[in-house]
Amino acid sequence: MSQAEAIYALWLREFKVFTREKSRIVSSIFTPMLWIFVFGGGLGSAINIGNVNYQIFIYPGILVMSVLFSSVFFGVYVIWDRKIDILKAILVAPLSRTTIFVGKVLGGCTDSMIQALIMLLVSFILGIYLTVSSFLLAITILFLLALSLVSTGLIIGSLMESPEGFNMIISFLIFPLFFFSGALFPIDNLPIWLSFITYINPVTYGVDALRMAIIGVSQFPLYVDLIVLTGFAVVMFTIGTRTFERMK
Amino acid sequence: MDNAIKTINLTKKFKDITAVEDLNVEIKQGEIFGLLGPNGAGKTTTISMLCTILKPTEGSAQVNGYDILKEPEKVRKSIGIVFQQPSVDDILTGLENLRLHAMWYGVPKETRKNRIDEVLELVGLQSRQNSLVKTYSGGMRRRLELARGLLHLPNVLFLDEPTLGLDPQTREHIWKYIEKMSREREMTIVLTTHYMEEADNLCDRVAIIDQGKIVVMDAPDSLKEKVGGDIVYLKTTAADTNKFKEIEEVSKIEKKDDCIILTVKNAGEHLQEILEISGKVERVEVRSASLEDVFINYTGKEIRAETGEGGIVQRIIKERTVR
Repeated sequence: MSQAEAIYALWLREFKVFTREKSRIVSSIFTPMLWIFVFGGGLGSAINIGNVNYQIFIYPGILVMSVLFSSVFFGVYVIWDRKIDILKAILVAPLSRTTIFVGKVLGGCTDSMIQALIMLLVSFILGIYLTVSSFLLAITILFLLALSLVSTGLIIGSLMESPEGFNMIISFLIFPLFFFSGALFPIDNLPIWLSFITYINPVTYGVDALRMAIIGVSQFPLYVDLIVLTGFAVVMFTIGTRTFERMK
Repeated sequence: MDNAIKTINLTKKFKDITAVEDLNVEIKQGEIFGLLGPNGAGKTTTISMLCTILKPTEGSAQVNGYDILKEPEKVRKSIGIVFQQPSVDDILTGLENLRLHAMWYGVPKETRKNRIDEVLELVGLQSRQNSLVKTYSGGMRRRLELARGLLHLPNVLFLDEPTLGLDPQTREHIWKYIEKMSREREMTIVLTTHYMEEADNLCDRVAIIDQGKIVVMDAPDSLKEKVGGDIVYLKTTAADTNKFKEIEEVSKIEKKDDCIILTVKNAGEHLQEILEISGKVERVEVRSASLEDVFINYTGKEIRAETGEGGIVQRIIKERTVR
């Protein structure tokens, strides 16, 4: 019971911080909008993928991108908490490390899902008609992704000691996960090296499933996507709780 | 339970540096206990081990009867901590900080509001409870930390340099709070400081710690007695220092630059004799012994000689460059 309340308190802290740092929300929505309306709109005026307009084709990919960025970054913000000693105050409270991890993960997922919801509203502007079931499916997929990626960010954040490695994470983790995910191109006819990397990238399955949910096109059967995403979430969540237990 | 804290050969090593060595201390329930020493002496490391933030390399300790290695969560629940660096959340209000803390420490819902009001009143922050902490001054933050540390009625409160970097007025305020808590709640308080006046004013007992070891431990007054009397400074170059030995009450004679420093029992009564021996002096200064003198007496150096921020890290860097 008290653990549940502690988790709630940990979540509440993250949520309050999120609602007070409005610049974080605005900036995290702004870049995906550029991708959809400038990059997607521009190329879309000339290109169709199959019989889907390019702008519509990359829309699910950009949704995944926004969740990818905000989720991983949320985790890495632990380094700031450590730097300003807020983390120390939490670590010294009578809470188990698992409790702390769960509270943080839920906080991060909430941030990412609020952004995802705003991004989902863009579908109306693009003229995409979402049924209730496809909307719920999209939310589920994005939540699974947020869960795994917030965990991933927290793992990295708990292992890193200074915020100087931030750029490394963008260059060597977030961008590769995004570019090798098929967010921007179809993955059925790629050169072997590219297709290999794309297939082992779990984010690919998130993009694929979301494309199925939103525009009805996909490379893999939906159940394959969901199994991979669930597996990814379980693995990252488990590793996350373990690393938090060892964190100093 | 007589001892709130008991350490047994508590030791912490960082690579080749021993930060704390074979510490054996017993702190009684309700006592205000001070760890006094220069930066890098091992004070914060000791507190960190007792708060279960750091694991000792060797030895162990009991806090409120719980073993710091076997029952860290019980230890953490029974203690309050005020860190050297403020660790309150900037982007939340004072009240929000306290509410979250109450939930983390399992303060029951029914008593939560009362407790929060009580600690806010104690540190005088009621009127600012709804302002974001980033609008607080340094002293207000420290007071909020103090309130937070007290919220769950801990048996032991750890204060790591509670008045570091605060102006004298705020310092005295905080001292008052600490004394009030100890008196009203019979709370055991362990504080670290490198301010002599702080240790002298507040603590029932002081352990002087240097290079990770306790040099001497006693009540401040007894410590000062151990120096062997008052301190007399004579600014002169002429006098023959050996002649001062003729006065029975002189227990220590030291020559430093153009000064002679004597330790004399009841110096006021023997000033005439001293001046007769010394002949003409440029300046005389007589004062009663302070903890500073105790420190010099036992370690052979001044506590203020080691300034600069940070502790163990500086020592590691220093020892590395020596090699």
